Amino acid sequence: MTLAPEQKKTKKPKKLSMKARYEALTRGLDWEPSYVQKSEMFPHLDYEGITIHDWSAWEDPFRLTIDAYCKYQAEKDKRLYAVLDGFAQGQGHLNLTDASYLNAMKVFLGGVTPLEYGAHRHFAYLARHFAGPGPRFAALCQSIDEIRHMQTEIHTLSNYNKLYSGMHNWSENHDRVWYLSVPKSFFEDALSCGPFEFLIAVGFSFEYLLTNLLFVPFMSGASFNGDLPTMTFGFSAQSDESRHMTLGLEAIKFLLEQDEANVEIVQGWIDKWFWRSYRVTALVAQMLDYMLPRKVMSWKESFELYFEEQMLGGLFEDLAFYGIKPPRHVEDAIAEKELLSHQVYWILYQFSFAASFTTSAPTDEHMDWLSQAYPDTFDKHYRPLWEKEKKNIANGGRHFARGLPQLCQVCQIPMGFTEPGDPTTLCQRESEFEGEIYHTCSNGCQWIFEREPEKYRQAWLPVHQIYQGNCGGPSVPEVLEWYGLKDGDAGEYLGSKDHQNWVAWQGEAAADTAAPTNEKKAGA
Amino acid sequence: MSDQTETKAARDVGVVIQESENNRPVIEAIEQDNPACTISHSPGLVRITAPQRIVITQETVEEKLGREWETHEFQMAIVSYFGNIQEWDDDEIVIAWDH
Repeated sequence: MTLAPEQKKTKKPKKLSMKARYEALTRGLDWEPSYVQKSEMFPHLDYEGITIHDWSAWEDPFRLTIDAYCKYQAEKDKRLYAVLDGFAQGQGHLNLTDASYLNAMKVFLGGVTPLEYGAHRHFAYLARHFAGPGPRFAALCQSIDEIRHMQTEIHTLSNYNKLYSGMHNWSENHDRVWYLSVPKSFFEDALSCGPFEFLIAVGFSFEYLLTNLLFVPFMSGASFNGDLPTMTFGFSAQSDESRHMTLGLEAIKFLLEQDEANVEIVQGWIDKWFWRSYRVTALVAQMLDYMLPRKVMSWKESFELYFEEQMLGGLFEDLAFYGIKPPRHVEDAIAEKELLSHQVYWILYQFSFAASFTTSAPTDEHMDWLSQAYPDTFDKHYRPLWEKEKKNIANGGRHFARGLPQLCQVCQIPMGFTEPGDPTTLCQRESEFEGEIYHTCSNGCQWIFEREPEKYRQAWLPVHQIYQGNCGGPSVPEVLEWYGLKDGDAGEYLGSKDHQNWVAWQGEAAADTAAPTNEKKAGA
Repeated sequence: MSDQTETKAARDVGVVIQESENNRPVIEAIEQDNPACTISHSPGLVRITAPQRIVITQETVEEKLGREWETHEFQMAIVSYFGNIQEWDDDEIVIAWDH
């Protein structure tokens, strides 16, 4: 091989400024169509009623260019895979607080991984169909990010899947298992919107308004419970999220600034998608309060900090400038912060015989933590429920629901929520559309249904599908088989396969340190 | 840094950073350049808030790190934020509310 002649040391060429590079590598690469009309090239921009006068007014504060993007993303991946490897090689899973912690991960990885793929697809569509190079490039980067997130989540999951139950069939589970229809229906609702509504739904409502509630306490919880892979993929993904949040925020400001008439349309989308997203984050509420063996913060605290303080107190003051009001039904969400996690966990507890995770009644110590975190509601409304359940368990009758629940037509969560202001009465709303009755769980979901009944009447509701004979058969074992669940995936945690393995593994470790024999000390 | 002449109530802005050895100098630089900031810790994370505005200055980060640092590198450290990213240039990043 011939070596290239050594180059003379020259002065480093002066780089363009960030601003100039961004101009050159995004705007500078755009072109005007010459033999087709612009409306033919971008055919999907009109039907939602949004008016854009000047696409070049779009600002990307990150001023991201493809070379910088690849450089930093590669570095992030390098760091992440080093952690995953180290964890696998060092039997890191034994350093978790408890195997029951992984239930939080099963909910998260099963629910979220397929959504990342959906987001990847739709952002790729936006990258093709927006008429300005700025938003097109930002959407392209987000599309690549989302498929990277899906991949890193699969790698994280595979590390645990070798040793623990409930993670072997997440992709098919997502299409079939009842509770996973909650995140699935959210995303399919968003994917079947026009480009601008999708941007407000996912870019703004999900990524900016609620992403902190979804990811920050989750990753902090992973860190606190010894789950290094999740913490690292979480942080690696979340550093992309900060760009996604920016895209969402830029999107909304751009739409509001372009035309006065956009304001009302955007407000409607904020109202709808706040409530849709908020209902999905209910899964996180119960994770924080019930599924983490070592607690980080309560749902209530998290909601007050990330939503009430940062978003209502900060962001919506800014958006008021454009005439945007806080989301409709936000007062119901605030009132519910004392109740949400308890109600959702109670549902999951009763129906975990048909899920890819296990549940267990809270211990006395755990209940004391819940009492101090929820001084106004836990002892009054939820402790009695668990005390009763403790007696059931002592008598060999751990509670599993026998029937199938009524699902909300919009969020698809079993209707276990209560009336605003009355934690003792179940909330159930009815709406009639073309001679049929549809049920929803809250004012928020009812309002969403009545705004677009043609859309939500088509919902694929797992319970209805079971009754219609579309889910493997009428009996529980037939349905579980159709779900792709295996022995050990579902039910009660105590005594489960994971629990037994955990006790055995920890027992071995304890025995190793407690009584080192001479043979072991020699370490041959 | 701009003078604090805003007349509106000073709402907080904030940034959440991964707690790691690599990021410690970045966090120290933010502390130094934003004397009014408050720092709180949760497992794995550092949350920095300040009234109205947070600035991350390339020069200060380079001083703390003892090497060159591109502002793009902040993407490796940031987990989340609230406020608007008002400026992201070669020499500084500014998070502030617009209105």
